[in-house]
Amino acid sequence: MLARTPRPSPGPTARAFHRFGHNRAALFGVGVIVPMLLLILSYPLWWTFKPNDIDLLAMNSGPTATHWFGTDGVGRDVFARVLEGGRISLLVAVASTVISAIIGFLVGAISALAGRWTDAVTMRFVDLVMTLPPVIFLLVLASIAGTGIWPTVLVISLLSWPLLSRMIRSRLLELRERDFVMASRGMGAGLGHLLFRHGLPNSIDILVVYATLQIANAILLEAGLSFLGLGIAPPAASWGNMLNAARSTAVLEQFPWQWLFPGGALVLAVLAINFIGDGLRDAFDPRAELN
Amino acid sequence: MLQYSLRRLLIGAGMLIALSMLIFLLLRLTPGDPIDAYIDPNIPMSPAQLSDLRSQLGLDQPLPVQYVAWLREALTGNLGFSIKRQDQPVLSLVLSRIAPTVLLMGSALVMAIMAGIITGVVSAVRRNSVADLSFSVFALAGISSPPFLSALIGLYIFAVSLNWAPSGGMLTPGAEFSIGDLLHHLVLPAALLSIAQAALIMRYTRASMLEVLNQDYVRTARAKGVKEFWVIAKHALRNALLPVVTLIGSTIGLAIGGAIFIESVFNWPGMGLLLVNAVETRDYPVIMGSTLIIGACVIVVNLLTDITYAVIDPRIKVG
Repeated sequence: MLARTPRPSPGPTARAFHRFGHNRAALFGVGVIVPMLLLILSYPLWWTFKPNDIDLLAMNSGPTATHWFGTDGVGRDVFARVLEGGRISLLVAVASTVISAIIGFLVGAISALAGRWTDAVTMRFVDLVMTLPPVIFLLVLASIAGTGIWPTVLVISLLSWPLLSRMIRSRLLELRERDFVMASRGMGAGLGHLLFRHGLPNSIDILVVYATLQIANAILLEAGLSFLGLGIAPPAASWGNMLNAARSTAVLEQFPWQWLFPGGALVLAVLAINFIGDGLRDAFDPRAELN
Repeated sequence: MLQYSLRRLLIGAGMLIALSMLIFLLLRLTPGDPIDAYIDPNIPMSPAQLSDLRSQLGLDQPLPVQYVAWLREALTGNLGFSIKRQDQPVLSLVLSRIAPTVLLMGSALVMAIMAGIITGVVSAVRRNSVADLSFSVFALAGISSPPFLSALIGLYIFAVSLNWAPSGGMLTPGAEFSIGDLLHHLVLPAALLSIAQAALIMRYTRASMLEVLNQDYVRTARAKGVKEFWVIAKHALRNALLPVVTLIGSTIGLAIGGAIFIESVFNWPGMGLLLVNAVETRDYPVIMGSTLIIGACVIVVNLLTDITYAVIDPRIKVG
């Protein structure tokens, strides 16, 4: 007779959490991003300056006790603008990630489950979109959509779904042949049931990892667009358009705090989110414990 | 081999046509009528004159007909005229910008390959040493810092603080052309552009070297008394570079993305700057022409990478 273990062994989710908790890079990422989020979300409650307040007595002043990160050319507080820029960058990143995750999931799942022709057509389209470097499409789409928060969200989400749809498709192609899906089809399940009852729960790990990494990616895309003057238009603050100010030589040379702080915030946020995403991917990978 | 190359060529041509359709559709979906860009707003025109002009230009035809008409012209080299730059033909505008971009990206690629392979090999051979650790940290920083930020920091350190390099442009304005002047302007942007590629190549070379160094033929070479330098430079490196070759082909997209930012920070008169300016001024014919030519270049480079890989690695199943 087989010996019984006294306690039930932990399930896959618990083991994934355990692996994540032992990943030092991922914990570093959490340790950076959580305080950053708290600062960004709570700053209007405790910081004296608003992002668009003009302090005429302190234009282009360096970091001081009143203005921690200094002020910009019209006397706006850089600390407040970095935090406000973080709000806008994160809003754009999260909104575009949600939209592109929905598009990517639906396209990938329909492509896997709806039959050969749909599959061939959508996947050739995905190939096509993925040929060109993303920045090029970003520019073409931006030239059509214009500047502002929602056009930027639209542009980034339209650009980002193809990779996800490929991953979802390959997962569901495998799932389609499994017995419980066959049984469900045999009992007359429609496409909607297959998508949301079987497809979604079985690809949730892909979606979580994609969403995390895509937030970092979207922050970079937004910053790049705004840096070129095509994303978030001033006077709204964003990390990218604050860096755009440094394209003037005077700002670059004489007032480095005006672009170093948003640049630093950008790199820190992207790095931290990427560490978390990599950690999640390793944590969800069932092969991780074999090594 | 020939059959494989031909088939890849056909797929590439198909991709290019599909790409042109996609871009044509996207730009025709833009708000605003192309006729508005064509006419002089200071001369009043009646609706009847406008519709005459529209049918003269073929804009009243269905989209597929317009696309075929456009494609026929594009194939003979007529990509239309810029709206914003005194009606210059798009093709000559784009062609005049290709050489600077190729120069910039080519030098960056050479720098990235040299730096990436050397640091990658050193890291693999001296695994877990101080050198390995510092190269790896540098590679991580290179991969995660966006090109516009590294361009600004590079500009700040080397052009503004140290004053080693000019802060922009390709040649000193007004001065006579000289190779030295060109190189002086080229080094900094090319080096900054090469960072991301060098970091990727370094990581791949390191991983691939570590794998190869454990192979039997490396042990055999050592056992028969080959000098350690030659074991690494010849027996190991040549095999380790195979996967790196495909990587170099696929980083071309990354390099184009980076070049757009580097060119606009350094005011380098290349394709990237042309495209960014065209997007800023909504100069749709130029956007379309330069996107198509960039797309064609990417497709050709991918094709060449695939074929080269099949040539240098006979283990690839051809067919």
